[in-house]
Amino acid sequence: MLKNVHFGPSVLPFLLVLPQIAVTLVFFIWPASQALYQSVLLEDAFGLKTEFVWFRNFEELFSDPHYWSSFEITVVFSFLVAFLAMSFALVLALLADRVIKGSGTYRTLLIWPYAVAPVTAGALWVFMFNPTLGIVAYALSALGYEWNHQLNGGEAMALVVMASAWKQVAYNFLFFLAGLQSIPKSLIEAAAIDGAGPGRRTIDIILPLLSPTTFFLLVINIVFAFFETFGVIHAVTAGGPAGATNILVYKVFNDGFVGLDLGGSAAQSVILMIIVIGLTVVQFKYIEKKVSY
Amino acid sequence: MARVVLEGLRKTYPNGFQAIHGVDVEIEEGEFLVLVGPSGCGKSTLLRMIAGLESITEGQLSIGDRVVNNLEPSERNIAMVFQNYALYPHMSVYKNMAYGLKIMGLPKAEIEERVRKAAAILELTDEQLTRKPRQLSGGQRQRVAMGRAIVREPSVFLFDEPLSNLDAKLRVQMRLEIKTLQANLGITSIYVTHDQVEAMTLGHRLMVLNAGNVEQLGTPIELYQRPASLFVAGFIGSPAMNFADARIDAAGKNITISGQAALPLGDGGMLEHGGRDVILGIRPEHLELVADAPDAVPMTVSVVEQLGADTLVHGHFGESKSNLTVRLDGIRHIKRGETLPIRVTPDHLHVFDPKTEKRL
Repeated sequence: MLKNVHFGPSVLPFLLVLPQIAVTLVFFIWPASQALYQSVLLEDAFGLKTEFVWFRNFEELFSDPHYWSSFEITVVFSFLVAFLAMSFALVLALLADRVIKGSGTYRTLLIWPYAVAPVTAGALWVFMFNPTLGIVAYALSALGYEWNHQLNGGEAMALVVMASAWKQVAYNFLFFLAGLQSIPKSLIEAAAIDGAGPGRRTIDIILPLLSPTTFFLLVINIVFAFFETFGVIHAVTAGGPAGATNILVYKVFNDGFVGLDLGGSAAQSVILMIIVIGLTVVQFKYIEKKVSY
Repeated sequence: MARVVLEGLRKTYPNGFQAIHGVDVEIEEGEFLVLVGPSGCGKSTLLRMIAGLESITEGQLSIGDRVVNNLEPSERNIAMVFQNYALYPHMSVYKNMAYGLKIMGLPKAEIEERVRKAAAILELTDEQLTRKPRQLSGGQRQRVAMGRAIVREPSVFLFDEPLSNLDAKLRVQMRLEIKTLQANLGITSIYVTHDQVEAMTLGHRLMVLNAGNVEQLGTPIELYQRPASLFVAGFIGSPAMNFADARIDAAGKNITISGQAALPLGDGGMLEHGGRDVILGIRPEHLELVADAPDAVPMTVSVVEQLGADTLVHGHFGESKSNLTVRLDGIRHIKRGETLPIRVTPDHLHVFDPKTEKRL
């Protein structure tokens, strides 16, 4: 029987984890506790006095119709981004899996958008869709459609969804491709001998075997859409028009740093924190129970 | 059930590598043909060409009375058992077996009947039919893989090293089961293996492949008794055949192993090869220990392996450098360094040309 080796007391292990603990303390625990603390305070706009108000910030938030509409917008936005980014990535991965010649180049090219910063991605899409300058807007107007995402909330939403999904496709593609390549080839061949054509094989064999990857990506994409699309929103619509793309994370910024309602903004970020903790728990709980093969 | 005919079958990969250099064989209805050879010899490629998983570069493949070169795997009326079983991990055993039938569009009742019948043949219980493949042992998975092949009621079974993932004991048991099953169903079967014992025990005929060429095609006993080349001689039989450089005397009556005592050639000698340098092959089981025989050759012992049923004695003839293995019955007490009188019966000498490596 092998037993765990025990060494005498030493400071080395503590020294080794110290940098990680320091980073977590400074960049997560400290700001997070500040947010928790701020969320129960009421501060005047000039920063002259602070009042402890218990949960009034939260009560106000939950009775605010703007907050609920932002919540709805966030859900719609996340669903659309996750769905679009994942379905498009899946199609690309299925195609790339069949490419034999030049597959390296093809894959590298598909990964590039992931290296583009969200703000830059947003700026690119704004240029294409700008109602007066954009080439796509110009093409659409030639087809008889007047595109103006600065006035039309639906178009604004479509644009931020496209920009965000475009960025996330690369990431999803990588995972889907890795998932596809880990499916034993003989399974596909067995299905071919069983008489299943390419479409049928995809539905009956490949997609079920990809389900662990799909679930993992679903959580990752929702988290991405919730929290990391700030740059895209900021560059493309700044939450407008009339709050049509004002997702929760953008509202935190807007209310706190533009509206200077520090307490309310902190309360919102606490709620966001609870959501992301919930998503992470779901992911860890179910990723363990993934379909094994 | 169908005849399978391969005519001049060739496979060249796009990078110019020739995997199969022309294979001709007619596999009779109900025959069990084993493709055997070392890894990389092209046996799996050839099987996959028959299955339709690899394209055929040249030649013609017929199953039954149809040429199937350009047909999809599913249209060839074959079933294949893969090395790793290739069971669908997310489906129950029942669904695994029923999947192909469902695609064929058979009515539910008939699917059920066929699956139950195959399960009964393979002794799979109802409870096992509801399980997922990962909940089964290796041998049970193997049975399911065979069940999936049986339910299709194909005209040809293809096996791609189906036993190589099993442990030694189970392999022997499944080997018997496959042999019995094939004999009972009478379905033409093509079986790929690198294991010569599997090949010898299962096949009606064996095709030995080496680097994409057919070395020899014949019954197991033909291959054992008259190997057509050095390669086949070394490949078939365990422990492997002994080889030594030798010379036939001018009269063609005797053969001498590098400076040692002459061994008489049987059947009136090999007059036409008199005076030639050759390679002599002798199987370990065709050497015997004889006391005081006039034609015995002294062998110096270097290693003795006791197997219980047999004793393997390794050593060499006198000054000769070539290693020699002798297989003796039962338990023998022989020591390292001893000299043993060994005799070869003339009928069991195999003589090969050192240049062409073909049998003389």
